[in-house]
Amino acid sequence: MGAVPSALKHCLSYQHLLKEQLWIGEPAAPPPAAPHPWQESQASGLPEYIKIVEVGPRDGLQNEKVIVPTEIKIELINQLSKTGLPAIEVTSFVSSKWVPQMADHKEVMRGIERHPGVQYPVLTPNLQGFHSAIAAGATEVSVFGAASEAFSKRNINCSIEESIEKFEEVAKSARNMNIPVRGYVSCALGCPYEGNITPTKVAEVSKRLYSMGCYEISLGDTIGVGTPGSMKRMLEAVMKEIPLSALAVHCHDTYGQALANILTAIQMGVAVVDSSVAGLGGCPYARGATGNVATEDVIYMLNGLGINTGVNLYKVMEAGDFICTALNKTTNSKVAQASFGTGAI
Amino acid sequence: PKRVKVVEVGPRDGLQNEKNIVPTPVKINLINMLSETGLQVIEATSFVSPKWVPQMADHTEVMQGIHKLPGVSYPVLTPNLKGFQAAVAAGAKEVSIFGAASELFTKKNINCSIEESLERFSEVMTAARAASIPVRGYVSCVLGCPYEGKIPAAKVAEVSKKMYSMGCYEISLGDTIGVGTPGSMKEMLTAVMKEVPVGALAVHCHDTYGQALANILVALQMGVSVVDASVAGLGGCPYAQGASGNVATEDLVYMLNGLGIHTGVDLQKLMDTGTFICNALNRRTNSKVSQACCRL
Repeated sequence: MGAVPSALKHCLSYQHLLKEQLWIGEPAAPPPAAPHPWQESQASGLPEYIKIVEVGPRDGLQNEKVIVPTEIKIELINQLSKTGLPAIEVTSFVSSKWVPQMADHKEVMRGIERHPGVQYPVLTPNLQGFHSAIAAGATEVSVFGAASEAFSKRNINCSIEESIEKFEEVAKSARNMNIPVRGYVSCALGCPYEGNITPTKVAEVSKRLYSMGCYEISLGDTIGVGTPGSMKRMLEAVMKEIPLSALAVHCHDTYGQALANILTAIQMGVAVVDSSVAGLGGCPYARGATGNVATEDVIYMLNGLGINTGVNLYKVMEAGDFICTALNKTTNSKVAQASFGTGAI
Repeated sequence: PKRVKVVEVGPRDGLQNEKNIVPTPVKINLINMLSETGLQVIEATSFVSPKWVPQMADHTEVMQGIHKLPGVSYPVLTPNLKGFQAAVAAGAKEVSIFGAASELFTKKNINCSIEESLERFSEVMTAARAASIPVRGYVSCVLGCPYEGKIPAAKVAEVSKKMYSMGCYEISLGDTIGVGTPGSMKEMLTAVMKEVPVGALAVHCHDTYGQALANILVALQMGVSVVDASVAGLGGCPYAQGASGNVATEDLVYMLNGLGIHTGVDLQKLMDTGTFICNALNRRTNSKVSQACCRL
């Protein structure tokens, strides 16, 4: 299987195949040429619809080395707003001393276009950040817990219990103002300091966050060490404490396992998946390694499974291309690498 | 499955799709290092005309130069009877033949129809049977073709059945351009498993769209227990410039280890081998596991 003419790039059939897979046209409509996979997803027990939570502008950019100018951040979010993504995590109201990348949180929050039907959550580690976020116009916030004591101590300088207390303050204020709160649990499949994390611990922390009023719990494989086996065990434990519909998975692709882990989660009924356009965001714990899973690659897989996301893959790829050019880096999305190479767009 | 056989295709499929011609001693060292990792099957080279595939021109030297560990199989590609005879003369004990589920692909790749290619293979089969040499069959384009686009699962089943009936002990189903997703993998396997027993099936997934491990997971869930992979994810994709090709053996083994599935492969030794060949080729690894581990 050797010498192949490179004139293949212009082959129409290949482009048609890609277009079928990449799902051009109305994002909300079922795939035109494939009613069969549509039925397939229902028959196979997979969710019919999966909500994608785009974390590129926050989690992604936060882990990029280069400080991104405010206008670029705003433009990225505006482009993402046009793709059909239902939720885009915008920024983080943390002290700029800790996270310089997010120092322009107010400007970003105020500067973005707010599309109807799209949520723009922001991170708020404590009450002060929460008030600041509300003042800047935020209508949804997120709090970040961890299933590992060591990680909690190193990351936010307090124990899990102390962090929960802080979040309870936020949750209480949020409740009074009718602001929904999303809870994250980091290190759900492993910790860079503690190593193995027991599923029971993850379930316990998740339950605390859910009980204080978080409407959704995003379980994060922070260092990407999880595999379908550990994902399954962890979800089984958490699903005993929290309804499936309130669960999301936030997988990192550091060991290439993200899509396989996400597949496992959706096979178990999870219907919310976090991802980052162009796979933005390296891993602070493994130099040179990748971090977030790429939104484009997730959508490609879900399209192929006949699962509706409402998202236009082409437009996401364009947003990815924009931010990678601005950051002067190559995309971490394999779909984007393959597509832009052939000029199939 | 409790055990999965990993078929290492790096030295053949991997190197064949690398731009730089690799010197013979490097190829031999690569295969020798792979032999030490616990891999049971290592595809060594291809007995095709060097005019078509210059990377494999040193097939005889490689075959004769490698250290063959007992218990490890070193299959080689043999597109026709001539290649088969050369392979056996060079000491090959197992061969592979490459079919496709797409007419256009077969025409463009080996300049004949599927039917004609099967006739050529049957010559090889006859000779192989006479020499007691096992033959592995590959079916390309099982989840999509760069020329034809969508490939019906029934076609894949048909070609697989023919090759199996001819006497191939195993059929490796290849997602040649990596466009498959868990949905299309499931559909294709369901059709093929009606014609070929699952114990004789293998999957050969390309990671061009990042779908490989998810596709492999689905195949495992359906009972497939043989998976092809390439150390360091060697081998780009000739159909999508700059894109990746084969799935990386390290990443596959990482997933299988996490699932508690036995492979017999030592991941550390595998990563060391990947580092070796990437240095020799002066390129970065395509394995995420290697990227994560070796930087620390």
